Amino acid sequence: MGATPTAAVLDAGNLQQLLDILQKQNYQTVGPTVRDNAVVYEHIQSVEDLPRGWTDEQTNGRYRLTHGKGKKFFGYVHGPNSWKKFLYPPARQLYAADRMKHRFDVVAPEPSGIKPALIGVRACELAAIMVQDRVLMDGEYIDPEYKARRQNAVIVAVNCTRAGGTCFCASMNTGPRVQEGYDILLTEVVDSHGHYFTVETASEKGRAIAAQLATSPASEEQLAAARQAVDKAARQMGRTLDLTDLKDSLYRGFDSIHWEKVAGRCLTCGNCTMVCPTCFCVNVEDTTALTGEQAFRIRRWDSCFTVDFSYIHGGSIRATDYSRYRQWLLHKLAYWQDQFGVVGCVGCGRCITWCPVGIDITEEARAVKG
Amino acid sequence: MENLERILQEHPFLEGLKKAHIELLVGCASNVAFKEGEWIFREGEPANSFYFIRHGRVHVQTHAPHTGPVVIRSREAGEVFGWSWLVPPYKWHFDARAVEVTRAIALDGKCLRTKCEEDHDLGYEIMKRFALVIAERLEATRLQLLDVYGNEINR
Amino acid sequence: MLDGSSVDPMVVRPFIIRRFVKESHDTFSFGLEPMVGDRDFRFAPGQFNMLYVYGVGEVPISISGDPTKPLSLVHTTREVGTVTRAMRILKVGDTIGVRGPYGTSWPVEEARGRDVVLITGGIGLAPLRPVIYYILAHRERYGRIVLLYGSRTPEDILFRKDLERWRARFDVETHLTVDRASGSWRGNVGVVTQLIRRSPFDPLNCVAMVCGPEIMMRFTVSELEKRGVPYDRMYLSMERNMKCGIGLCGHCQLGPSFVCKDGPVYRYDQLSDIFIKREM
Repeated sequence: MGATPTAAVLDAGNLQQLLDILQKQNYQTVGPTVRDNAVVYEHIQSVEDLPRGWTDEQTNGRYRLTHGKGKKFFGYVHGPNSWKKFLYPPARQLYAADRMKHRFDVVAPEPSGIKPALIGVRACELAAIMVQDRVLMDGEYIDPEYKARRQNAVIVAVNCTRAGGTCFCASMNTGPRVQEGYDILLTEVVDSHGHYFTVETASEKGRAIAAQLATSPASEEQLAAARQAVDKAARQMGRTLDLTDLKDSLYRGFDSIHWEKVAGRCLTCGNCTMVCPTCFCVNVEDTTALTGEQAFRIRRWDSCFTVDFSYIHGGSIRATDYSRYRQWLLHKLAYWQDQFGVVGCVGCGRCITWCPVGIDITEEARAVKG
Repeated sequence: MENLERILQEHPFLEGLKKAHIELLVGCASNVAFKEGEWIFREGEPANSFYFIRHGRVHVQTHAPHTGPVVIRSREAGEVFGWSWLVPPYKWHFDARAVEVTRAIALDGKCLRTKCEEDHDLGYEIMKRFALVIAERLEATRLQLLDVYGNEINR
Repeated sequence: MLDGSSVDPMVVRPFIIRRFVKESHDTFSFGLEPMVGDRDFRFAPGQFNMLYVYGVGEVPISISGDPTKPLSLVHTTREVGTVTRAMRILKVGDTIGVRGPYGTSWPVEEARGRDVVLITGGIGLAPLRPVIYYILAHRERYGRIVLLYGSRTPEDILFRKDLERWRARFDVETHLTVDRASGSWRGNVGVVTQLIRRSPFDPLNCVAMVCGPEIMMRFTVSELEKRGVPYDRMYLSMERNMKCGIGLCGHCQLGPSFVCKDGPVYRYDQLSDIFIKREM
C-alpha cells in the first residue's frame, strides 16, 4: 500500500526465474495456458505452459483464440476462468459425519494449507478478488479456507496492454492499469529494446521475491513505453457502463418492462454466473457412502438462474425467467453496493463473451436506467 | 327506545350520521336475543334485517355435500352483519347460527329500504357504510381462498 | 481443528434429541441437548438455528422454546420438504447437527412500557412463542398484551396447552381464529387480520410483531396501518431459502438485504420498500 514502485526491468527470457523462485518456496504456481481452444487458468510448471503468441477475439457470445506473429506471453486478455477457482474452489467438502448407530460425529477437514501463486492477474481480476474479500473474509462470518488461501497467496499481476472486445473496466474504474492489491506487477513490452517486463512491487512478500530476479534498473524510456501500452488499452475499450446514479436508477427500474424483453433472449443457463469473477453464491450437497456409515456435505458454486435457488416449501420466490435475470443484474450493480459497499461488477466483460445469446450487461443496465 | 337510540348513536358503524337519520333508524330497530344453537336465519329465507351484535357470537355457515356444515366466518360483539337485505332478491345466501347466547339490535331492512328510497341522503349514508362492509368481506374472502397456511407457497 | 478462527462456521455440533412432540398432523417440536460441552444455549427470541439431518441436508428452523430457560433448546417445524420429513421420523436419542443461533431478534426491549401486539398465522406462532415466554416472565415491564393467532383449521392449531394457559390469564388477550371449520367448532372463523380492528391496544404506544405467510403479513400491515400503528413499531419475520445462515451462500437475498443476517426480523419501515416488490 502506497509503496513507491521500484522501477526494474526483467528480460522476457528470464521469466522462468519467477516460477522457479515461487515453486522453491512451495507456492502452487497457477496461470494461463491454452486448453480446448481457450486460455484457462491451470497449474503451470514453466513458461512453456504460458499462452505465448496467442491472442483472443471477443465479442457478444463469441470467443476465438488465434496464434499470431506476436511473441507476448500475456497477449490474450482473459478466458472463461477466473482466479476464484483457486481461492474459493468450485467444490469443497465442508465436513464428514461418521455414524455410529443413531449418533454421528462431525469431522471437519484440516485447512488445506495451499499457497497459491497467481500468475497473470489482470486489473479487473484483482478488483474482483478484492470484491470477494469483502464477502468471504471481511464480514462477521468468514470462510476460513478462503481467508487462509488469500493470506497465503502471492499475486503476480499483469497490466493489460490490449483491451478485449467486451471489456469495460475503464468505465468501472477497475482497470486496465493495476492499482493496488498485488505483490508483483508486470507490464509486458515488446519494442526496439526487445521483449521485457517492467517489474513493480507493492508488498514485502513481492519485494522479497523480486529481489531474487535478475532484473536491471528500468530506463525512463522503458517505463514510458509500459505506461503508453496500458494507456492504449484504455483507449481501445469499446464499451462503457455509466456509474452515475447507477444504484438508485436501477432500483427505480425494478418494475421496468425491459426485464421481460431481456428474458425473451436469456436462456437462464447461468453461464454468466459461472464466468463472473465476483459471483460467490454456493449450494450445499449431501452424499452418503454406500455403507450408510458416512455422510458428506459438499459446498458447490451455485447460480441464481436456477429455479431451485430461491425455493421455499412448495415454490420458488423467483419463478419467472425475468425475475432471475433481474436478480442477477440488480445484485451485481445495485444490491451489492448496499451489501458490501462496492459495485459487484468489475467490467471484465466475461458475461458478455460467454453468454450463448450475447446479452450485454452494459446495454441492459442502460436500457433499465432509461 | 331511548336505550336503542343511545347504542346506535354511539356505534362506530353509524358514526357521523345525522341525528334525524339516527332517529329514522331507531324507528326500524328492535332488541333481539338468540339462545345457544338457535338459527338466526337460514339460506334462501327472505332477508329483511341486519344486526348489530351486542353480546355473543354468530357463525355464518353453509352446508357442503359429503362434509356437512362448513363455517365460513364468525361475527362477534361490536360487529354488524347481514347485507342481503340491501340487494335483490333480498334472500339470505347462508345460514346464521348463534353459537353462544347472543343479544343484538335488529334493523328492519324492509322498513329501511323504503326509507332509503324516500330519502336518498340517508340511502347514500347507509350505502357508503355497507360498501365498506362488503369490501371488507370480499377482501377477507379472497385471503381465505388463498389458503395461506396450506402447503403451497404464498405469493 | 475445532478452536480458534480456523473453525468453519458451516460445521455443525451434534445434539441429541431429548424430547419429541407431535403438535398437529404435520407439525412437531423437539428438545435438544449438546452431545458434548456446555448445555447452556443462549438465544434471543426470533433467532434460528441451522439444523442438519444426517445424510439428508440442513435447513433453518426458528427456535420456539423459552429464552429464559437456555438449558432446553426447542425447535418447532412443519413437514414441508425433504429435510423436515426426515426430521419427523427421528426419535428420542437420535442426533441432529446444530449451528447458530443466527439472525435478528424480536424487539422485546424496545417494547418495554408499551402494549405488545403479536399477530401470527400457521407455523408463524413458533418463532413468536419465545417472545410470549419472555414477556410473560417479565409481565410488569409491558402494557397490554394481545395475541392474535390464525390457523387453517381447528386441527392445525399449534401449542394447544400453551394457548389454553395464555387464554386463562387475565393479563393476556388471546384470540384464535381459523380459516375454515366444520360445524362443531364454536370459536372464531375468518382470517386473522380481521381480529386486528377490534383488539384492545393503543396503536400509538404499541409494538406489533408479525409472523406468518407473506401474504398474511401484507394484509396485517395494512390493517395495522388503518389502526394508526407507525411503520417503525411494526416488526415482521421473513422467510427465504437458506443454505448457510451466515450471509455467504447468497440464497436468502431479499433485495439489498440477506434475510439470514439482516433478518429474519425486520422493522417494517426498513422493509416496506422491498416488501411489496414481487419476486425480489
